[in-house]
Amino acid sequence: MSEVISGLKYIASHEWIRDEGDGTVTVGITDHAQEALGDIVFVELPEVGAELSAGDDAGVVESVKAASDIYSPVSGEVVAINDDLEDAPETANSSPYGDGWFFQIKLSDASELEALLDADAYQEVCDSE
Amino acid sequence: MGNRTALFQVHSDLGGKIVDFGGWDMPLNYGSQIEEHNAVRQKAGMFDVSHMTVIDVTGADARAYLRKLVTHDVAKLDGQPGKALYSGMLNEQGGVIDDLIIYHNSATDYRVVVNCATREKDLAWMNEQANGFDVTLTERPEFAMIAIQGPQAIELTKSVVCDDAVAAINELKPFVASEVGSWYIARTGYSGEDGLEIMLPGDQAADFWQRLHNAGVEPCGLAARDTLRLEAGMNLYGNDMTDDVSPLEANMAWTVTWEPEDRDFIGRAALTRQKADGVKNKLVGLVFEGRGVLRAGMRVEVEGSDSDGIITSGAFSPTLGTAIAFARVPRTVGDEVQVELRGKLAPARVIKPCFVRNGAKAF
Repeated sequence: MSEVISGLKYIASHEWIRDEGDGTVTVGITDHAQEALGDIVFVELPEVGAELSAGDDAGVVESVKAASDIYSPVSGEVVAINDDLEDAPETANSSPYGDGWFFQIKLSDASELEALLDADAYQEVCDSE
Repeated sequence: MGNRTALFQVHSDLGGKIVDFGGWDMPLNYGSQIEEHNAVRQKAGMFDVSHMTVIDVTGADARAYLRKLVTHDVAKLDGQPGKALYSGMLNEQGGVIDDLIIYHNSATDYRVVVNCATREKDLAWMNEQANGFDVTLTERPEFAMIAIQGPQAIELTKSVVCDDAVAAINELKPFVASEVGSWYIARTGYSGEDGLEIMLPGDQAADFWQRLHNAGVEPCGLAARDTLRLEAGMNLYGNDMTDDVSPLEANMAWTVTWEPEDRDFIGRAALTRQKADGVKNKLVGLVFEGRGVLRAGMRVEVEGSDSDGIITSGAFSPTLGTAIAFARVPRTVGDEVQVELRGKLAPARVIKPCFVRNGAKAF
């Protein structure tokens, strides 16, 4: 059974979003996503400084089994990426909500956060798959 | 719910991720498929392959029937009890109906193992071709089959079986099988490592699996089986060859026995025409050093050729740490091709389709 953490926000394409409280959010893929993908072998991240709109392609995660696009849940500028995933992509399997984070975005419209799913709503998405 | 092997409950109890595979509920992995893969390359892993279809071919004409049915000549097995042969079974157009292993017990008694996803098609074809031969086809669904593969597979298996089985395994040459009571023990596999494939009564399978597990043999699922066979350069039916693909374009020319010329195996006339006209494509191995994974269905561009090639099987190679693939490409292919990965062309190196043998890089 994959883990859904309360307090985080989610989107239905299985990214999680943590509000850092300083106008930025951290984004990663959920436990459900990493489990469905299996062993992750490559992660392609956006470039720092890239301007993304909510729903834009923000990268690709490739497992032995499949390739999956990563979407930006919110709009804003990419201010940090998790370089460690280049050498250790498996961290996204072992610690999807921790060391396996993908990128950070400086929000251009904080109200977008309100439209995201909470943990209960995301759990329903997972249960229905 | 699909068909279930005698080991289904064992897989569930081990936390196996169960998926549909050719109508069977089978474990894809029990955790990390890469760790399972590495266990086979470095130590020993085991696979439930009970979903595969076992058919005994018996009768006065068994040998003559198989010499007609398949491309590889079973006459090569004469006088060698237990010896096995890998072969294609073709339609009249020269397309591959299935690939199979034939174990020779005697000239009137062979055991054939075919793929599960092609079971009905194979049985229908085999029965149709049996017309006019004194031969009986008997499916053996009561067997479970466990493949134990890896550099320590044989030693660890010997540590948990009876003395008679140990004695038989000690005598077993590669690609030979031996019957020990109700067990059929073969030194064959689908991983590029040494190992055994053991057919045994289904009601003994769970106990044997548990003893192997206790001895240190790691349970492995279909996902690891696929990356292991790809690294080893072994075809997967449905990906690398189909009813519409000639063995001459699927790296299976070595399984076609042309001599003697008067052996009229099914598909021979079509293959002879193809050779006369010139075989257009071949199956090659690709190695991709860039970031990304080659996947089946990706388009391959070959310099100087108007027609494209296609990747038939692709994956990340846990042993090599890069993406590898089989691709069917025009014969004129050189040392490098361009693969279309997510809309962009990227170069991949062309090699013979064998990447890893006995744990080490093979090219």
